[in-house]
Amino acid sequence: MLAVDVQKQLGALQLAVRFNAAGGATALFGPSGAGKTSLVNMIAGLLKPDRGVITLDKTLLFASESGVNVPPHRRSIGYVFQEGRLFPHLNVRQNLEYGRRMSRRTREPVEFERIVGLLGIGHLLTRRPRLLSGGERQRVAIGRALLMQPRLLLLDEPLASLDTGHKGEILPYLVRLRDEAGIPMVYVSHIAAEVRQIATHVVRLEDGRVTATGGLELLAGAS
Amino acid sequence: MFELSSAEWIAIGLSLRIAMVATACALPFGIAIGWLLARGTFWGKTVLDGLVHLPLVLPPVVTGYLLLIWFGRKGPLGAFLYDHFGILFAFRWTGAALASAIMGFPLLVRPIRLALESIDRRLEDAAATLGANPVLVFVTVTLPLALPGIIAGVLLCFARALGEFGATITFVSNIPGETQTISAAIYTFLQIPDGDAAAGRLVLVAIALSLAALIAAEWLGRRATVRFHGG
Repeated sequence: MLAVDVQKQLGALQLAVRFNAAGGATALFGPSGAGKTSLVNMIAGLLKPDRGVITLDKTLLFASESGVNVPPHRRSIGYVFQEGRLFPHLNVRQNLEYGRRMSRRTREPVEFERIVGLLGIGHLLTRRPRLLSGGERQRVAIGRALLMQPRLLLLDEPLASLDTGHKGEILPYLVRLRDEAGIPMVYVSHIAAEVRQIATHVVRLEDGRVTATGGLELLAGAS
Repeated sequence: MFELSSAEWIAIGLSLRIAMVATACALPFGIAIGWLLARGTFWGKTVLDGLVHLPLVLPPVVTGYLLLIWFGRKGPLGAFLYDHFGILFAFRWTGAALASAIMGFPLLVRPIRLALESIDRRLEDAAATLGANPVLVFVTVTLPLALPGIIAGVLLCFARALGEFGATITFVSNIPGETQTISAAIYTFLQIPDGDAAAGRLVLVAIALSLAALIAAEWLGRRATVRFHGG
């Protein structure tokens, strides 16, 4: 379980957020500028909170009181960024295997094939990222994060850079991922329709505060 | 007839060796300083930037004179290096390499710094979340993405080192077979009667080598850019 209780001053925005996320997919839902991306960056270790505590399955990741701040490369948290951020100098296979190589794990061909199959990217392995469509790029980014065998998967508006058609192309993969991979997910979005399809829990975020937590019923009336 | 004498061949070989050693030894420092200037925030950054560029604007003879004072057999740095490591610069080809490295250094650092500044830092963040520690991030993401700039810097530094004259001749003199590079040989040939033909041949060689280095820089840089950034 992920437990977050952090505060940070971000320009004019005073972020003060407390929430828990267990299994399944927890959506961080709220308008742009609510502090959603800053929040997932803090969970990943890319942004340091001013105060607070972050724990994942009883591992302390951050605690301002005791000065604990585990660096991102030791957190084992997969992160799918809004813009993919595939490495332009590596082909798709090398991008997918990057996490495994960095942590010096041995090859696991069965797992590799399973995830490549799940995301439907088997035919792209020798291509460079610049030759991929937006949807293909995001699927590879999801695969890359999954193949590092994360304890938690962060997805920050993974569909934001895609047009409607390509969104429909990715959503089913994300649902399968949620049901088959068994890795807890934190899914950031400002679009209710997306959240309805993917999330099992919802944390509503407005102006740096949690205004509601619960199930999909929180999205009633939201667009 | 375009036929080079053995003395001319020796000068050409020496020039190439000095330029290669100078560039190879300067490269690690060039990457380190380029990185500091691109990423560092520290007191005295402007001073460091100025120091790196100083050889570009200082009269070469001044640089050579300063090298002579510091790295000569009795200079503070020269004496230390000779006593502890047996490295001697004064009137040796190694001194010529040192002078060339310092003169080429600004040309090496600048493209590396610009390349590092233009890298999307978010890719480094992505690498960190995938489990790469800071050293691995640097080696597997930062350096490959900066490669076009590194190639450009290396070849510019090499070309500059190849043509170095003022600082070298001031620091290590003009000794045939030891410190007499193409430039110094051309100068010597022009001082003696009937030396014009030999000087002319070396001038052509110098033009050819410099042009080749520039064309290689352009070509390799473009290739690396296309490969890594999609042109």
